[in-house]
Amino acid sequence: MISRRDFLQVSMAASALYGASGFGNWAKLAAQQALTQDQLLEFDTFGNVSLIHVTDIHAQMKPIYFREPEINIGVGANKGAVPHVTGAEFRKLYGIEDGSPSHYALTYDDFTALGREYGKVGGLDRVATVINSIRADRPDALLLDGGDTWHGSYTCYHTEGQDMVNVMNALKPDAMTFHWEFTLGQDRVREIVADLPFDAMGQNIFDAMWDEPAAEFKPYEFYERGGVKIAVIGQAFPYMPIANPGWMFPDYSFGIRDENMQAMVDEVRGKGAELVVCLSHNGFDVDKKMASVVKGIDVILTGHTHDALPEPVLVGDTILIASGSNGKFVSRVDLDVREGKMMGFRHKLIPIFSDVIEPDADVAALIDEQRAPYKAELEEVIGETDDLLYRRGNFNGSWDDLICNALISERDADIAMSPGVRWGPSILPGQPITREDIWNVTSMTYPEAYRSEMTGEFIKVILEDVADNLFNPDPYYQQGGDMVRIGGMGYKIDVSKPQGARISDMTLLKTGEAIDPARSYVVAGWASVNEGTEGPQIWDVVESHIRKQGTIKLEENTSVKVSGI
Amino acid sequence: MNFSRRDTLALGAGALAMTMLPVQALAATGDDAIAEFTGGAEVMDGGVTLTAPEIAENGNTVPISVEAEGASAIMVLAMGNPTPGVATFNFGELAGSQSASTRIRLAGTQDVVAIAKMADGSFAKASKTVKVTIGGCGG
Repeated sequence: MISRRDFLQVSMAASALYGASGFGNWAKLAAQQALTQDQLLEFDTFGNVSLIHVTDIHAQMKPIYFREPEINIGVGANKGAVPHVTGAEFRKLYGIEDGSPSHYALTYDDFTALGREYGKVGGLDRVATVINSIRADRPDALLLDGGDTWHGSYTCYHTEGQDMVNVMNALKPDAMTFHWEFTLGQDRVREIVADLPFDAMGQNIFDAMWDEPAAEFKPYEFYERGGVKIAVIGQAFPYMPIANPGWMFPDYSFGIRDENMQAMVDEVRGKGAELVVCLSHNGFDVDKKMASVVKGIDVILTGHTHDALPEPVLVGDTILIASGSNGKFVSRVDLDVREGKMMGFRHKLIPIFSDVIEPDADVAALIDEQRAPYKAELEEVIGETDDLLYRRGNFNGSWDDLICNALISERDADIAMSPGVRWGPSILPGQPITREDIWNVTSMTYPEAYRSEMTGEFIKVILEDVADNLFNPDPYYQQGGDMVRIGGMGYKIDVSKPQGARISDMTLLKTGEAIDPARSYVVAGWASVNEGTEGPQIWDVVESHIRKQGTIKLEENTSVKVSGI
Repeated sequence: MNFSRRDTLALGAGALAMTMLPVQALAATGDDAIAEFTGGAEVMDGGVTLTAPEIAENGNTVPISVEAEGASAIMVLAMGNPTPGVATFNFGELAGSQSASTRIRLAGTQDVVAIAKMADGSFAKASKTVKVTIGGCGG
């Protein structure tokens, strides 16, 4: 944790690394309750290099609401460490006043009230304005996209990612790495990448047959900016064929491959790199561990786990930047690089308050052009909600409860399972639910809602397996999703236990009876990674359910009891 | 003892001879196999590099590689498999490097162990947990 002084001294090799975060100024606006674009963008240009980081946009081109997690449990060495700090504790840690814009942007509580006051966030036309403003200060700033860009909306699905490719190209990134992009299928990924006007990179994207670097993706690239030779090394999501359907991209293998990362760092240093930046989709805790294992990375631009941190985290001599998700934030990192070393940094996590930041007219028009053919379908109102709908958090969010209810009633099941993905915007109470809103939380290329019989024993195996992907004390064994969402069944989880011993007291809610390991239950779910999964598409299941309900009212979900924190 | 292709699929590695030792494969446990290989000698940590994925993309074919400079042989074990013995790589005096790559099948989450017999008769060890998971639910 970097302290909140304007400058601080951290010993670094023979020199002194000093840094500052723009966060302090931003927090002071709390008292005024009046935010302007100039204030959000205020930045004393520093050093000789600027990095602009966006990540995990999940195809959200238009402003949305996005509630940050209430439950985000850290385990092992990361217990109680950021980003595993939420709500009031997070505000206390960073000196954020209650009710301030930063309270709304970075924490979960009072979300509805603050959302009504501060409005929506994100929108790539607003992101464009921020990028242009940074480029006005520093024309050769590097724009780096951490991936999960060509996934997550109605239009993205129907154009196979082309809408996002078109809009992102207009923002002129310099490089990008990948995760959900591969669920478009390897042929489509190759087709898009072949024409990209910027670098597609990942040192850990390998050819599956020969276990050697894949030809279509660079491990790294050099950029000469501000007289500095910068190497950007890509790191794609390591667990793609495990967390997502590997059969959609059978020619590729991933993994963390930190030994190859070290080899790439050594290689670029050998070729004269004065600054080494890693554009990563590892997830925050994995990056934190990698920063302690791999020597010689100056900056890791983290992604995947959707964390937004107002200050960099320092691991050894490496700074880690976390820039949120869904277009809600842009990070600006100015660096002072001299004599082949990073001497200091100045950083600002810029929240994209969509009512404050003026949209860029050209990008706004381009976005509307992508949406125009689908306008009627996108805007059709399916129902409305009396409750706040959100997803993000280690256990069930209200969107997931709604999806699980839809699966149980529409598919006549005892138990429902919904994947613990971290994407999906929020809907405030009283808002209509449009088809676009439903797709924003369900869109994917393997949406079939299966219905099958599972024994109680097998259901426990699934819960234990997913829990270990989240709560294994070694970050390298974490896949970065949240816990699988369960409907119709309650359970207890002790996150401090090893795999096989975390889950207990599984109860079928409709009868109140304990789950029998030997008995079969009808389970409905979606997003299976298995090839040949059959069933209706999840967005149709959810739409049908919402239509029948008219207005969504959810009961508070208390079916998961968590201990061992 | 039958060593089928699915148990071990050897890929090319420079100048080495790979032997499947029946005696090792017959050992009931990984610890027994290690004891037979080392003759009960002390095994030190370090000196062997074992590269394996943290989480297997496909438990049926997990790429691993081993390297131990100056080793005369490296034994690889999948400690949690019904038959823990995977392979022993023997390196002759003319071997350009003491390294090998192969793909192995893992019955479930377990430790993969590599034991190197060094030229001076000492033994060195490396171990790595490889998770085999059902998958899904990646954020």
